[in-house]
Amino acid sequence: MAGVLGELLITAGVLTLLYVGWQLWIGDLIFGVQRNAVGQDLSEQWEQEYAAPSSTAPPTATPSESPSAEAASPPVEPVIMPEAADGETFAVMRIPRFGADYAWQIAGGVTRARTLDPIGIGHYPGTPMPGDVGNFAVAAHRTTWGAPFNRIAELHVNDAIVVETEEGWYTYRFRTLEYVTPSEVEVLLPVPQVEGAPAGSRYITLTSCSPMYSMTERIVAYGVFESFTPRTSAPPAALTEGVPA
Amino acid sequence: MYAALWQVLPGPWWVRLLIVLILLVAVLYGLFFYAFPWISEMVNPQEVTVE
Repeated sequence: MAGVLGELLITAGVLTLLYVGWQLWIGDLIFGVQRNAVGQDLSEQWEQEYAAPSSTAPPTATPSESPSAEAASPPVEPVIMPEAADGETFAVMRIPRFGADYAWQIAGGVTRARTLDPIGIGHYPGTPMPGDVGNFAVAAHRTTWGAPFNRIAELHVNDAIVVETEEGWYTYRFRTLEYVTPSEVEVLLPVPQVEGAPAGSRYITLTSCSPMYSMTERIVAYGVFESFTPRTSAPPAALTEGVPA
Repeated sequence: MYAALWQVLPGPWWVRLLIVLILLVAVLYGLFFYAFPWISEMVNPQEVTVE
């Protein structure tokens, strides 16, 4: 009888260690693969939705204007989507530095229960949507739940951060990292960290936890808006050119 | 408990070992893909407060 009890206790111990190992490593691998696949499916779905109804109209409309203007690519005014509801996916984030298959969904809200745990990247309510003047601010886990922002500290200056929606691609360029305390909400201001400054430029702010496996600080990555590529065009060069070493 | 399981399994030792390994893989799959994600949701999430 004591032997059985001992075996049960050992089993319980092994299960607990397995859970810890799953939470720290194996689960992130599984979630990561699953969630990136979901993001890629969504991206393909948008591509097909666009191609299906309007495949006849745009090719005849654009060449009539001027063929050379296409090559010069004048800046296209970005389409500003209405703010997404809590837990509603509206975009897919692509960061070539994190791999060509990196495709995490972005949804409204930053609660763990409704957005960060089950979906991935959350959009801070009240901050602008992608492409809009001001600061498009998002949050995601750096460890656990697939860890969308696991490699946030590996970003290089000028790395592309592309937010893909059904309207097109919003390309941002990474500028700098900052480490702050959790109470420093000024990182979400229209001009990050500048109180009272009027919104003028278009920024992106990625927030996550720091150090890894801890919540004592926040790591913040800032980027600036570069261009908007509508669905009528091919995906932006930022996605296809690869990343410099 | 585990000794009893070993006795119940049919065949020579290497067949039993094979069965045990297959069972082990099945159990781990169930844990990693179903049980642990479910437990993870049950564990009270520490809300990441910013405001």
